[in-house]
Amino acid sequence: MNVDRNLHYVATKRRVREDKRFVTGQGKYVQDVNLPDTKHAAVLPSPYPRARILSIDTAAAEALDGVHMVLTGAQLAEDCNPIRLGLKLPEVKWYALAVGMTRYVGEWVAIVVADDAYIAEDALDLIEVDYEPLDAIVDPEQAFEDKELLVHPGHGSNVLYHGNFLWGDVDGDFAKTDDSLRFRARWGRSSTVPIETFGALARWDEGTEILDIWASIQMPNFVELMAATLGYPLNCIRLHQDVDVGGSYGVKRGIKQSVLVGYLSRKLRLPVRFIEDRLANMAGSDAHGPDRIFDMDVAFTRDGVIKSIKIRALDDAGAYPGRAPFQLAKPISAIVGPYKINSVKYEAISVCTNKSGQVPVRGFGQAPTNFMIETAVDNVARHLGLDRLEVRRRNLIQAGEFPYQIPPGSKYDSGDYPTVLQKGLDLARYDELLARRDKARSEGRLAGIGIATVLEPGGGNNIFEYLMDPSAEITTFMEGCEVRVDPQGNITGIMGTTTSGQGHETMMATILGEELQVDPDDIRIVHSDSLNALPTRSPIASRMAIMLGSAAAGAAGKIKDRAMAIAAHNLDRPLEQLEYAGGTISDRNDPSRKLTWAEICFIAYRAYHKLPDGMEPGFQAQYIMQVPGGGQLPDENNRVQVYPCFSFQAHVPYVEIDPGTGRVSVLDYAIAHDCGTVINPDIVRGMVIGGLAHGIGAALYEKFAYDEEGQFLSATFADYLMPSVHEIPDVKDIEHCTPSPLTSHGQKGSGEGGYLGAPAAIASAVNDALHPLGLNLSELPMRMSKIEALINDGNS
Amino acid sequence: MHKREISLTVNGKVHELAVEPRLSLSDMLRDELRLSGTHIGCEHGVCGACSILLDGVPVRSCLMLAVQADGHEITTVEGLSNEDRSPGILQEAFQDAHGMQCGYCTPGMLISAQALLTANADPSLEEIKDAIGGNLCRCTGYTQIIESIQLAASRLREAG
Repeated sequence: MNVDRNLHYVATKRRVREDKRFVTGQGKYVQDVNLPDTKHAAVLPSPYPRARILSIDTAAAEALDGVHMVLTGAQLAEDCNPIRLGLKLPEVKWYALAVGMTRYVGEWVAIVVADDAYIAEDALDLIEVDYEPLDAIVDPEQAFEDKELLVHPGHGSNVLYHGNFLWGDVDGDFAKTDDSLRFRARWGRSSTVPIETFGALARWDEGTEILDIWASIQMPNFVELMAATLGYPLNCIRLHQDVDVGGSYGVKRGIKQSVLVGYLSRKLRLPVRFIEDRLANMAGSDAHGPDRIFDMDVAFTRDGVIKSIKIRALDDAGAYPGRAPFQLAKPISAIVGPYKINSVKYEAISVCTNKSGQVPVRGFGQAPTNFMIETAVDNVARHLGLDRLEVRRRNLIQAGEFPYQIPPGSKYDSGDYPTVLQKGLDLARYDELLARRDKARSEGRLAGIGIATVLEPGGGNNIFEYLMDPSAEITTFMEGCEVRVDPQGNITGIMGTTTSGQGHETMMATILGEELQVDPDDIRIVHSDSLNALPTRSPIASRMAIMLGSAAAGAAGKIKDRAMAIAAHNLDRPLEQLEYAGGTISDRNDPSRKLTWAEICFIAYRAYHKLPDGMEPGFQAQYIMQVPGGGQLPDENNRVQVYPCFSFQAHVPYVEIDPGTGRVSVLDYAIAHDCGTVINPDIVRGMVIGGLAHGIGAALYEKFAYDEEGQFLSATFADYLMPSVHEIPDVKDIEHCTPSPLTSHGQKGSGEGGYLGAPAAIASAVNDALHPLGLNLSELPMRMSKIEALINDGNS
Repeated sequence: MHKREISLTVNGKVHELAVEPRLSLSDMLRDELRLSGTHIGCEHGVCGACSILLDGVPVRSCLMLAVQADGHEITTVEGLSNEDRSPGILQEAFQDAHGMQCGYCTPGMLISAQALLTANADPSLEEIKDAIGGNLCRCTGYTQIIESIQLAASRLREAG
């Protein structure tokens, strides 16, 4: 890491290179990829939460003019494997189409391929399915207990995972401490819900025996899962990663959609495209987020110093869990938040129910966990009659204590939490805000200020999987970058994965430009397809600045080393006497003795006789970045470094609540944020504020609701309420920089952004507003109907 | 299915084509005219990604049939560029203020902003919010979109 030197491009406001194609309508999303003879698919949803499929009659649909094929789950299951789950659950079989039984409303029962999507939808109406409806399992606590009513009968229970972790002397700390409290908090079933639904286009090429696929994807194991499901060798699948992805924030996994088009394309020897419509996406995409009940015990001194916590987290993964249970494990990386908590007991439970399946969502379980931790801190303050800020200040890790190791083993790399909190308070003009709140209250309004101080672990690392399944000995979470210098001296950077709005091309060009002292605008960035790609784990886990950024710096360093070696050889000077400046290498003592970039490139490509002995011709370099602090298995006490880098954020929103309707208005919002060195300020600011808005949605509006019978109630944007501009306040934001010692330029992660703290902060503000009435809510989303009922009936 | 002849002007160019009566305007723009800048997000008229200008007024192209556009004048995001296809003032401002992330809602945002700024070169914050109030964005939280529109407005005023 080197952050003291004079930076030219990093941390400088510069245009985001991806933006030009987007503002001119030239982005290339999967829907924009046109191949000759492409056929179009549409899916038939189950109307029942749980039903036996007695028969499916596809004859009339198949007879419709323009229809090429109707596929049902029974046939698919004959030819394909179930999609591999994260945990080894052999009797939880996840197919792209329902096989024998439907397990939630909206589950896809059949898929039609036709000349266009209109005909495909016509054909859906002609499919006759004979269902035998069954009682559904809807309530997760009942699912946990139930031994009779099972989502996957072969599995023998509805419990997908049940684990207990203990780090430190929890019983001792509870016994020694003055006071304790217990509470329940609930995180509602929401998700990221990108404006672009999932889409995939596949083309089987019989000549090369390669399945080409274009998909709106953000997923580390995509190609491996495709291959395993279809039963192909891995090198038969080529994922085109130069597709723009219209938002993801974790959820664009799309494995079943891609398996379907891949299968159908090979069957029909035609390109097949499936773009989910909004109904298929909301109900049937297996893209819902965590749905979690926390029961928490907190032990603390009478001064409000928290010593120990016990957590029971029960998560409803829906019918098909994918990697959902791991969203209970990743937050172990920061399970005590930014606080000095001595010991932790953690009971994690994942159950299945008759709901759409769960998918990784922005933060991979961290946002619900942060909501729980912050609720605990607020509850301790309220219990003791102390100021919420004061309780936080007494518990925050101090600037001089880094690297700070928490009980489960992770070391927080760097930070200055009290300073960032103070910056947030100053930005919010906290004293004036208090006066404003109190004036509003004196005028009879319900007004509240929220406080949340939370962490964003970044960088990824699969080791949390081992904590749940010790057969998963995966200790790397690498990312590769290649840099090519062409014979003219131009530089091209190659990333091996997709991007979905995070500006990775800009980030990579900025770092390459910085390292090679070249204007980033002159550097090309391309996305290689999966057969050409270096190892990648994709843009999840707030990791690309950390991992791809550091890999780019590493590859640039190798390019420079190679140029220096060529120069040393040709200038007949020792390396240490040479200086690199903008590609020209000269003798420090005699600057006229130099080799220009053009000359170096010529030698590299054309003048083998001038290359140092043993150097291969050409001019390119690869660097594979291993996740810092990775490579270790947990010790005998389940202690291990999970994610490497820890960003921090302090949120201070101000809300007022209409007591008649329960409507919450977020009137002001200040956030102070520290993700180390900011590579592109506009990108980071966008992530912070965009994530914050997403968090306001999760806190107040967004819910995939099911009724007691399991019927799905939120299949459109008219029911699943995503915030418009009118629900988002004017946000004041400020950055602080505590560089990470683990990355190329001190950068940390920022992609999960304000989402990791806004739900906690809004809940804190709502409860501050309700406090004068003696009321408290701890269930998200805090929809107006719920608040109105609480205010006017004293219950929720 | 029986097709109907329609004639319409899109981004200043007259198109005459035969379409099925049930073809949506958004699908016609994307699939028949290959103008892929118009994005489809919900097909329920809620998200606003598919917004276009119909005779200068922003409408949801997913809620209109292509045949209903017969005889009308349409502007899509591609039509906001200059004649040489370089980005227009509004499109430049969205780049300078980074008024987007994934770019998917961006065409609809630009169309709504264009309609606003054509009618009102000096909009207040509330007027900007009202103009884009029917366009959902999951990425940005809207702040940088609002700033982009404010920047474009000031540049348009300077340009007279």
